[in-house]
Amino acid sequence: MSTLPLIALVGNPNAGKSALFNALTGARQKVGNYPGVTVERHSGRFALDDGRPIELVDLPGAYSLDPASPDERVTRDVLTGTQAGERLPDALVVVVDAANLDNHLRFTLQLIALGLPVVVALNMIDLAERDGLTLDPAVLARELGVPVVPTVAVRKRGLDALRHELTLAVDGSEARALRASDGSVDDDIATLQRRARAISAAATLHETPVRRWTHMLDAVALHPVFGPILLVTLLFVMFQAVFSWSEAPISLIEDAFKAIEAGVTGLMPDTILRSLITDGVIAGVGAVIVFLPQILILFLFILVLEASGYMVRAAFLMDRLMAGVGLSGRAFIPLLSSFACAVPGIMATRTIDDEKDRLTTILIAPLMTCSARLPVYTIIIGAFIPNTRVLPFVGLQGLVLLGLYLMGIAGAFCAALFLRRTVTKGASSGFMMEMPKYQWPRLNDVLIGLWSRAQIFLKRAGTIIALTTVILWALLSFPRAPAGQSQVDHSIAGRIANGVAVVVKPIGFNRDIALALIPAMAAREVAVSAIGTVYAVDDAESDKGQRSIVDNLRHRWSLPTALAFLMWFVFAPQCISTIAVTRRETNGWKWPLFMIGYLFTAAYVMAGITYWLAVAAGL
Amino acid sequence: MLAPIPSLESLPLRHPATIAAIAWDRLALPEARRLRELGFDEGVGVEVLHRASLGRGPIACRIGRMTVALRRTVAATITVSLG
Repeated sequence: MSTLPLIALVGNPNAGKSALFNALTGARQKVGNYPGVTVERHSGRFALDDGRPIELVDLPGAYSLDPASPDERVTRDVLTGTQAGERLPDALVVVVDAANLDNHLRFTLQLIALGLPVVVALNMIDLAERDGLTLDPAVLARELGVPVVPTVAVRKRGLDALRHELTLAVDGSEARALRASDGSVDDDIATLQRRARAISAAATLHETPVRRWTHMLDAVALHPVFGPILLVTLLFVMFQAVFSWSEAPISLIEDAFKAIEAGVTGLMPDTILRSLITDGVIAGVGAVIVFLPQILILFLFILVLEASGYMVRAAFLMDRLMAGVGLSGRAFIPLLSSFACAVPGIMATRTIDDEKDRLTTILIAPLMTCSARLPVYTIIIGAFIPNTRVLPFVGLQGLVLLGLYLMGIAGAFCAALFLRRTVTKGASSGFMMEMPKYQWPRLNDVLIGLWSRAQIFLKRAGTIIALTTVILWALLSFPRAPAGQSQVDHSIAGRIANGVAVVVKPIGFNRDIALALIPAMAAREVAVSAIGTVYAVDDAESDKGQRSIVDNLRHRWSLPTALAFLMWFVFAPQCISTIAVTRRETNGWKWPLFMIGYLFTAAYVMAGITYWLAVAAGL
Repeated sequence: MLAPIPSLESLPLRHPATIAAIAWDRLALPEARRLRELGFDEGVGVEVLHRASLGRGPIACRIGRMTVALRRTVAATITVSLG
């Protein structure tokens, strides 16, 4: 594998690099990580003219070799042969937006100066023509001194010619003795920029100012009044869809898991092992996979908004609001992703150049109500909040759920304000962003994005969550209690929980909750199956027979306790994956430990206030 | 009457102008670099396309064939001449 020639795709953001990557490699791609950093490494294979396989790697988009973010640093380090875990590419495909040569050629000049064989893909040539630009690729090739191939990645145009030029480039690089450049090319940006503009002018045969329809769309999307209305409407439709579209697939998944459980129960004798498999593994994993549809719907919206170019407009509209708490509009995109899951949200902060801005965004991302909290919210609300209507079409249960979401957002804003005045103090970093042209999202690109999210989620459900459920089951089942004593009290887990219960008793939490909080550290949604397991083990020992989890909750918890429990989950940092990704993204334990500390404190205080107020109100 | 030197911040919407000077020293280093990377330079054509609502939100401007969003404090360092 490592002996395959390596070709790197490189270019400015918004040049259509990823579309070209997908067009060249199709489904033959994999996503990995560069060692030491969480920058994703997208690689794939394709064949040259003569059938030789080539490994293609899609480098993060950059504006220059002078990195402003961890992503851009990887790009520079790969191109200079200094990135751990990556060999120096044998050739580069520099992707430029044909309609934006002035700007993209500057980086191209820098890349050519590195000395690696280069083929320029003059991408999105169709859009440039629609914009009234007529370009001469031959002039461009002559001025740059490298082959130039016009391409339309999304329509797979120009790919054969590109493959042909790459075959020549790879052969050329084998004949030449290459050495890694140290990257110290002439990086006086202003000089390069002027040369880029001169070349662009020479290669432009004809230019008519056409009112692009990006401008027409922006007239609405960025309008002082209609812009924010459109944004709020889109967000509303998105969250509405997350709940309404997911109903059918969720009941399908639930039925499937019930069928599996019933099948296993029928096949196996009634032993401890069967209880482990049905109550532990199948129930635990099922309780989590049920949320796959909601996560995928949310990501579908996010991917489409991102691919269409709207997400940057949303960042533009949100910048003023975010500036109020010391952040920038850029933080909006990672925070929105965090509603699905904080892990990809935190990873998406890599596009924020400013370290302190980025750190603050990472620290508040877990406060966005991720989909893992939904199972917890749903079951507690279902058990304790009456299903009445406060207004026509507005149910009390839905209102409480909305309140929990808003509580998280308000908490995040307060936390950002506080952090920016204390631990991440510093000048505001500002907001400067290229606004790409609008384009139709390609179904294929969206599907590839969704598939990779689904993989991450399923892997998590299959490993961490299955494992913690099994461990909890074992801790609850052993040592076996002698006859007449409660199994839960006698078990290892019960004894640990008795210790934790002392700490959480003041905020209204009982022993069972203390018990559920421990495995819920692995993943929040485990709290539901943990409580279910506790009561299942307990019920099995008593003569009362099995009761549903909702009945058990109503029977054993008071309303103030339930409300405090909900509030706890708005703030508590209960997810190992989030803590792990924070450690990787901040390069150490300092910030994840800080995050755990401040979120637990907030959770404890807020749950306590909720409990005391509810008790005082006589609920 | 002495007309104030117009900056990109005060430029009316959709009035094509040319960048006369950029007060690089008033910008933080990474900010100045990103501004250059996005194509801001003396002598380049520029036009304000949108201003965000909500008080002093960012502005969106055309630079070359690109649209770039930036905050008003940065736009204020860019002096322009009309036409």
